[in-house]
Amino acid sequence: MLGRKRLLFRAKIRTSDVVLLSDLTPGGRAKVVRFLGDSVRTQRLREMGLVPGTTVKFVRLAPLGDPLEIELRGYKLSLRKHEAELIEIQLLEAPHGG
Amino acid sequence: MAAEVATSSVVKASTSATFALVGNPNCGKTTIFNALTGLRQKIGNYPGVTVEKKDGVFFTQHGVKQFLVDLPGTYSLAPQSPDETVTRDVLLGVQEGTHPPDRVVCVVDASNLERNLYLVSQVLELGIPAVIVLNMMDLVEAKGERIDAERLAKLLDCPVVAVRANSGDGPAKLRVALSKPAAQPSGFSVTIAEVVSATLGSLMENPPTGFSVDDPALRSRLLLALAATPEKPDALTPYREQLSHVLPSWRDDVIAARYSRLQEIVEETIHYTGGAQADFTDRLDSIVTHPVWGWVIFLGLMTTMFLSIFVFANYPMDFVDGIFRNLSGWVTTHMPEGDLRDLLTDGVIAGVGGVLVFLPQIMILFLFIGLLEDSGYMARAAFIMDRVMNKVGLHGKSFIPLLSSYACAIPGVMATRTIENPRDRLATILVAPFMSCSARLPVYTLMISTLIPGGIASAGKKAGIMLAMYLLGTGAAFLFALIFKRTILRGEPPPLVLELPPYRMPGLWTVLQHMLSRAKAFIQRAGTIILSLSIVLWALSTYPKKPGADHAENLADSFAGRAGHFMEPAIEPLGFNWKIGIGLIGAQAAREVFVSTIGIVYSIEGADEDPEPLREALLKDKWPDGRPVFTPLVCVAVMVFFVLSMQCIATLAVVKRETNSWRWPIFQFVYMTSFAYLVTLIVYQAGRALGL
Repeated sequence: MLGRKRLLFRAKIRTSDVVLLSDLTPGGRAKVVRFLGDSVRTQRLREMGLVPGTTVKFVRLAPLGDPLEIELRGYKLSLRKHEAELIEIQLLEAPHGG
Repeated sequence: MAAEVATSSVVKASTSATFALVGNPNCGKTTIFNALTGLRQKIGNYPGVTVEKKDGVFFTQHGVKQFLVDLPGTYSLAPQSPDETVTRDVLLGVQEGTHPPDRVVCVVDASNLERNLYLVSQVLELGIPAVIVLNMMDLVEAKGERIDAERLAKLLDCPVVAVRANSGDGPAKLRVALSKPAAQPSGFSVTIAEVVSATLGSLMENPPTGFSVDDPALRSRLLLALAATPEKPDALTPYREQLSHVLPSWRDDVIAARYSRLQEIVEETIHYTGGAQADFTDRLDSIVTHPVWGWVIFLGLMTTMFLSIFVFANYPMDFVDGIFRNLSGWVTTHMPEGDLRDLLTDGVIAGVGGVLVFLPQIMILFLFIGLLEDSGYMARAAFIMDRVMNKVGLHGKSFIPLLSSYACAIPGVMATRTIENPRDRLATILVAPFMSCSARLPVYTLMISTLIPGGIASAGKKAGIMLAMYLLGTGAAFLFALIFKRTILRGEPPPLVLELPPYRMPGLWTVLQHMLSRAKAFIQRAGTIILSLSIVLWALSTYPKKPGADHAENLADSFAGRAGHFMEPAIEPLGFNWKIGIGLIGAQAAREVFVSTIGIVYSIEGADEDPEPLREALLKDKWPDGRPVFTPLVCVAVMVFFVLSMQCIATLAVVKRETNSWRWPIFQFVYMTSFAYLVTLIVYQAGRALGL
């Protein structure tokens, strides 16, 4: 039930030109624009400093492809793709090729 | 601050106060706690919840005794787990049975200042006199940065001390700072969105029940309560709804406003001095989380841990075993024969000794867990394993407790405390005893040797059967984790929010303390509940006494023996006779007791030392109709039953403690034992049908 709602939601946002945190590739940098969907669920991420306007760097994916590791405010944080898909970002240019 | 030192009043400095130690996970809080209190600490539980309570005592430089409470680490005062709720409640002075703190010590990982200050700023607003401790200054230097502590103190309106808790003068500097009389509560506060501010203003004039107009920290208390998301509507619900109507993102705005103020503060206080060393953590992580090397390292570490548990623990285990044997021998020679002597040797000493023999394994396991945790590797293990565990509905952090359960489910269950989400934690606890623990090994060994007579040629076969039993247990654990997460513990998996802290040298003292506190908890368990249950089991297998009968006859006629006979119709479909039934009753104390109980039933003394005579006795045993009892199929059935059933009373007692009710251990016993019965029944009956 939740899954279908999610898919519809994703399909909707996919039609526009929204870039999500889960779209980043290792070395890529971006600025958080806003959180999509359930705000209570992702509150801890914001309390960890992932608020709109924050610059994040995508460090790496875990060996099995999930979760992912990002760097923000000088520290490393890991979150699942599931949540990264709820974070809209604006790409920043990678400094000298990452 | 200088002024405060000058006016340091004798009266204030000579009184005892309660200090609360607060900080993010991984900020080095425990190291500071240990450095201040040394051995003068006590570990207990907060009433009604399974949150560890750590209290300690330290002395000021003037020798005045002070109390220190180490609060569970948290990232924010908006709690998401029982641990974090305790931290908030203690700070708000509403935690049952805990003195509201007079002063707060905020420990900060200075190399990660901005994020750490989030919690600090929330704590400062509570109006309790505070000191900020900048820890891990060496990491700041390695980053080529310098922190202007004085500037930070001014901006946050709170005294700041910079230390390296791990080295040299750190503890002394800290003690001096805490010996100073309390500073005024900080006046720090964050400017928040006007509508939220206005709502707070009107609430402050007319506060709901539970809040007092006289409380100097009323505003921040109200803000915490307002920003919470309670499951049931409360007095503040209308205000929340109204705010959401006017400014849908008000909650996020409050968080963002705090961060933007903290960002300004950090920009003003951190100066880049140059000479940053290449990031050691970054380089190490590119290997440790590498698609190939990551697994090599992970499997290598886990194998080392596992082998150490089995290999190195052997010597101390023999030692513990020897102590209890000697004790038993001493009692036998120094006491007149009789029930009291038997109670002491066969009940108390054998029962408690049988469980305490696992103490070395538990200590080695927790030594490893402590080292992995303190060095920062544990977070990487969770990072690597999260995907796998997530597939069966568990958390990356469930991995270590499950692995630990291969040694013994008790430390495994105790290790689930690191899992924040209660549902994930419960699911892990419920399936942990499926992992084949070392107490099952003697049973497997006996059954395998009965099944396949010795000889080098069959060594591979034996190892294969052993491995199959381990796999069966692991498979059952994953299967039931999946079932529970889809049924009784259903719920969307909580998001993973995992900090990957910088690697550091583990603090030896911190690791040892961790290990000792776990060992102590285990000994306490063995000394209380396990002791009493051992006495009960002893009584059941001793009474009523049959005069003139030998040990085996007496056991056969005891309550346990009668229960074995009584059970026979129920266990016969599994291929078990009443003698195995008695063994199963004995195994309820601890699984390996099966071997010695069966030994007594078959009149083989010392069966747990040399299984050969017992093996021969087993092979001779026949059903009344002349069929042999221990056919290969029955041996397999016994093993399958031992893999899947919940037989360890000690584990049930720990589960009771960790879940705070008898409901879960009873459920665990029933579901596991029924499942074991069902699977064993299928294995035996199918085997019979196939003519095995």
